[in-house]
Amino acid sequence: MNKQEYELVVVGGGPAGLAAAQEAYDQGVRDILILERDFELGGILQQCIHNGFGLHYFGEELTGPEYAQQFMENVRERGVDIKLDTMVLEVTPEKDVYAINSDDGMLYIDAEAVILAMGCRERTREAIDIPGTRPAGVYSAGTAQRYVNMEQWIPGEKVVILGSGDIGLIMARRMHLEGAEVEAVLEIMPFSGGLVRNIVQCLDDFDIPLRMQQTVTEIHGKDRLEAVTVAEVDENMQPIPGTEYKIECDTLLLSVGLIPENELSKDAGVKMHDVTGGPIVNEGRETNIEGIFACGNVLHVHDLVDWVTEESLVAGKTAANYLQGGIDKREQEIEVNPGENVGYIVPQKITNDVEDRKLVDLYMRCKKPMEHVTINLYSGDKKLLDKNERRVEPGEMITFPVPEQMISDDMDSLKVDIVKEGE
Amino acid sequence: MSETVEITCISCPMGCDVELEVNEDDDIVDIDGNSCQAGIEYVKNEYRNPTRILPTTARVKGGVLPLVPVKTDEPMPKGLLDEAMEEIAKVELEAPVELGDVVIENILDTGVNIVATRDLPKK
Ligand SMILES: Cc1cc2nc3c(=O)[nH]c(=O)nc-3n(C[C@H](O)[C@H](O)[C@H](O)COP(=O)(O)OP(=O)(O)OC[C@H]3O[C@@H](n4cnc5c(N)ncnc54)[C@H](O)[C@@H]3O)c2cc1C
Ligand code: SF4
Repeated sequence: MNKQEYELVVVGGGPAGLAAAQEAYDQGVRDILILERDFELGGILQQCIHNGFGLHYFGEELTGPEYAQQFMENVRERGVDIKLDTMVLEVTPEKDVYAINSDDGMLYIDAEAVILAMGCRERTREAIDIPGTRPAGVYSAGTAQRYVNMEQWIPGEKVVILGSGDIGLIMARRMHLEGAEVEAVLEIMPFSGGLVRNIVQCLDDFDIPLRMQQTVTEIHGKDRLEAVTVAEVDENMQPIPGTEYKIECDTLLLSVGLIPENELSKDAGVKMHDVTGGPIVNEGRETNIEGIFACGNVLHVHDLVDWVTEESLVAGKTAANYLQGGIDKREQEIEVNPGENVGYIVPQKITNDVEDRKLVDLYMRCKKPMEHVTINLYSGDKKLLDKNERRVEPGEMITFPVPEQMISDDMDSLKVDIVKEGE
Repeated sequence: MSETVEITCISCPMGCDVELEVNEDDDIVDIDGNSCQAGIEYVKNEYRNPTRILPTTARVKGGVLPLVPVKTDEPMPKGLLDEAMEEIAKVELEAPVELGDVVIENILDTGVNIVATRDLPKK
């Protein structure tokens, strides 16, 4: 077996892996290898050809490929080693990395630190269990996005989209512009998980109907999809008998959620969080295994790549500190706990003592949409900080920066809740 | 006779549903439903001259992929999106393509260019 040694191995060459590698380099680490299974770097952004990326990080609106290319150039300029078409098969708790490609065959890399940046995958029909036949024509929206935007293959002519998250909305516009008829976008919840902007610019602009509290209850067709049965659902998301109707279509796109891709992490002994589906990490994005870090969609699903970048810069910096002689730990770990209307918070704990740090960003999602809210940060019963937001919704990650000077040695837990303004 | 036009403001995540009253001379006589001043500017613009960035793809010969992503370098009139798609469908580029390459200059006389949004090396 081909054996190599590296100080830092980054698994995944999407925006998370690229930013982490770049920052580790800028902090002085020179011996870095990025392993990517695809034929090129950039991750999922290469298929997200629409604009809307980078407003926060670059201050201008870029498309996915433009955003990715910036970071691809950054790592190339720095001379970071890259292996493409290389699939990582295993990462051990001792930070041995096993990978395979057609040039080297099996690769065994002895790493001192590993950054996990494998991104996420889409939930499929199996994961949501729609009854009926198994004809061709049922795709996850992201797979269809890759076909249409990169491989020049249009999956069908009459399309129904299940799920109104951003990927579903973006694909509705894309299929319409490519000449398909988009019959409807169906959403099982009473609200859309997508940005208002996408509802306006992807659906309203083309008179594509968005039907709330409806779902597909049956799939019809022998070889090719012929139709779907749709029903209204009640508050418990159960189909209401008697409301069924049929839509003829040859394509059904499922945009029903993303799951962090953590098979490798689990095998490495990394502890997972029930709600995020990603590793439990401290504010440096270090997992329970010393020297193994995680960032980007593998850690929790982000809606905006800008925050993926911010988070991955933190992971890259902490990995560099780790390699350069270790991280100072606080005397007492601080747990970070979600309170009212907060689904999860990343990081789950604050454990490090970092000299030059001014802020610790907390990333969180609310459980249900709410208007005119106050987001409160507590240490025990004591309120430390609050901020008002006009509107919060589960589809949009909330960032809450906590000034370093507010984090004191005697704290053992922080809590965030989201309540109506004035309560 | 005045007419009511509904426009969703997308200047912030609130997404207010704003109603415009327009009279027979096409003057905006009333605006209702916006929660703030920024909404007024937005809906006026959106009523008079709605524009959009158009992200799509163009065909490429001899590249590592058969398509390169492209976009309008400025927002273009919304009503011309379908026609613009037809124009872009006529193009076939030759690899290599570089990010920023102008694929179509001044598309449909809008003053807007179609530009490539990534490098696409030769196969
Ligand atoms: C279909 C889809 C559409 C999206 N649309 C938007 C959008 O419009 N706007 C937005 O801001 N965000 C969008 N996102 C979120 C977007 O994914 C993130 O913003 C960002 O791309 C996440 O970066 P990442 O590096 O964590 O993951 P990815 O971009 O997914 O990169 C992960 C990389 O790891 C590689 N990899 C995985 N496993 C292995 C392995 N075992 N060995 C080697 N390599 C491996 C993958 O090939 C991939 O290149 C979308 C996500 C998806 C899935
Ligand atoms: S009107 Fe004001 S508050 Fe409402 S969406 Fe527009 S900018 Fe936001």
